[in-house]
Amino acid sequence: MAEAKSFLLQCPTSLNDSERVQLAHGGGGRRMHELLEGLLLPSFNNQLLLERHDGATLNIAGARLAFTTDSYVVKPLFFPGGDIGTLAINGTINDLAMCGARPLYLSSAFILEEGFPMELLRRVVESMRITAAEAKVQLVTGDTKVVDKGKGDGIFVNTAGIGVVEHCLQITPSAVRVGDGVLLSGDVGRHGIAVMAMREGLSFESAIESDCAPLWGPVAALLEAGIEIHCLRDLTRGGLSSGLIEIAETANVRIGIEEMLVPVQEDVAGACEILGLDPLYLANEGRFVAFVPQHDVARALDILSQHGVSSGAVQIGQVREKPAGMVTMKSRLGTERVLDMLSGEQLPRIC
Amino acid sequence: MKYVEEYRDPVAAQQYAEAIARTVTRPWTLMEICGGQTHSIVKYGIDELLPKEVMLVHGPGCPVCVTPLELIDKALQIAARAGVIFCSFGDMLRVPGSSGDLFSVKAAGGDVRIVYSPTDAVQIAVQNPDKQVVFFAVGFETTAPANAMSVFQAKQMGVTNYSVLVSHVLVPPAMEVILGSPNNRVQGFLAAGHVCTVMGYEEYEPIAKTYKVPIVVTGFEPLDLLQGIYMCVAQLEEGRCEVENQYARSVRRQGNVPAQELVAKVFRVVHRKWRGIGEIAQSGLGLAPAFAEFDAETRFGVSAYKAEEDSECISGLVMQGAKKPQDCTAYGKRCTPDHPLGAPMVSSEGACAAYYRYRRLRNDDLVNVGSKSHG
Repeated sequence: MAEAKSFLLQCPTSLNDSERVQLAHGGGGRRMHELLEGLLLPSFNNQLLLERHDGATLNIAGARLAFTTDSYVVKPLFFPGGDIGTLAINGTINDLAMCGARPLYLSSAFILEEGFPMELLRRVVESMRITAAEAKVQLVTGDTKVVDKGKGDGIFVNTAGIGVVEHCLQITPSAVRVGDGVLLSGDVGRHGIAVMAMREGLSFESAIESDCAPLWGPVAALLEAGIEIHCLRDLTRGGLSSGLIEIAETANVRIGIEEMLVPVQEDVAGACEILGLDPLYLANEGRFVAFVPQHDVARALDILSQHGVSSGAVQIGQVREKPAGMVTMKSRLGTERVLDMLSGEQLPRIC
Repeated sequence: MKYVEEYRDPVAAQQYAEAIARTVTRPWTLMEICGGQTHSIVKYGIDELLPKEVMLVHGPGCPVCVTPLELIDKALQIAARAGVIFCSFGDMLRVPGSSGDLFSVKAAGGDVRIVYSPTDAVQIAVQNPDKQVVFFAVGFETTAPANAMSVFQAKQMGVTNYSVLVSHVLVPPAMEVILGSPNNRVQGFLAAGHVCTVMGYEEYEPIAKTYKVPIVVTGFEPLDLLQGIYMCVAQLEEGRCEVENQYARSVRRQGNVPAQELVAKVFRVVHRKWRGIGEIAQSGLGLAPAFAEFDAETRFGVSAYKAEEDSECISGLVMQGAKKPQDCTAYGKRCTPDHPLGAPMVSSEGACAAYYRYRRLRNDDLVNVGSKSHG
């Protein structure tokens, strides 16, 4: 056992055995965690960063502000239900919303590859304009860089955002309590399948649309109604499973969910069967989980159901005490299993 | 989802589990052949529904797991070459060779691509006439027809820049190795439904007769597996040893004859090395002489390369049903899905990875699980 312990990778300088960055380091799974815990968190060590939330909540001159950033490198650039522009605006708005902050101002930086068609750039910018206007946020600063042909992939977009926190709650993973209800705002897996189907040229009877959408509306409604929100998390890379595992680890609790209660659209479930993928690990761009005390569950679900983007909200489980740091799922047959964080990207199976 | 949900019905599953419990009178050890079945069993916790007399051990039917180390190394060597586009099914990319995996070759600049069908790789070859396109043709009888088709098409179309790195293996010889071992404890088999969809089940009849072992061709959904287990246990209790077909909605006795004919045309039966098990005579497929020009090993001059496997990994014993993953000293410690020592920890169909992903709950950890998750 003593020998085994020396293999635990907690040394800040150890980045396990891979000497080069691999795609899995950006995949939202365990490899990305190793990168965060092995390099980034120890390097920039501070309390705000260690909260491991979607954004940082700052106290500045008497105001509570939320601050976040995200980069968008999606391929294909345009897919059913959205494009890189809608993602870049909604993604950052959603990270602010998950801090319980009203999104106000965004920045945007473009890294463009020489030769990228101006027509496509116009379409992306127009999507960003419309999406920002609908969400009532302003894009107030930005940057543009062009790299040599072959040194980029058409277009990369980074957005950062600032929002204001207008309530006294601490909405963060460490605020999750044993007994909290786990609410999911709708069906999962659509964005992941929409993008994969487009990228790999897979066609289904009808196009599966991304769920890409801004999430501030339902969050604002929960706050206005005085729901005691403990934690919010949008379920992007790594999907529902990875989001819940991160929260269980940070809050040091067990999150117990039931497979039968997690909504998955039929065509998404079918695509997953064919490709050997698990919808619980697929990316979403308009879904979140909310942790609220059990006494607020019914009222919170009622409020969420009144917003289009969260009209399919359901309770999928509850926070338990032990074993801490784990997510368990009751299968449809009534047996219990652990949900594990993915090691890298989900890989389609051989047969 | 129609045609799937029906086979996951919890009430019917419980009824099958009860029927098995009523039938069984003494301990039996069954092996499911296929990694896809192992994955389902562990994912749905099917073994937890069974009476304690019925023990499931997990078979060698994970194509990722049995592909030998030296073939992975050959893939890495070929994929790292300039001018090569290396195509593979997704889950082969993370299988560790002696140094690194295909993902690390990709990170170092190799052109490694995931394809969903080998015929896509032929298309890539057509679109890139100045490149050598190599497809990693691994798997059991299930993937052999599509892989054969890609070679057949390439020949028909005169695509000369396409080749295949072949490591095809066959189920029946592996079953005979398991049954012939002095340590064998397998008393009944759930044969792999998808393999039998292609091959039929006539070839299992002599095995059932010679070794006096029941073999039930079984599907992959929870109810398929429970019904397969029930049929196998019933045979054992009644002293029968026949080949029965649980997966009749997909499998016929003669199998898919045109697919078999294509495989027989493009491939021939050869000796194959199995990772963790060693060489088994007449246990795999290699290209037939008429298609030898498509052999990537010859084309890239890697045929003579040899490699030895990690001595700590007991994957061979796990895949023969002699050990369970948690019997390994490295399991969950030096060997995890992030840092696999052996292939069964890589693929989601590998027994070790399936246990690691779904089985890290020890019973004493589970304080609240018996109660409802919410009220």
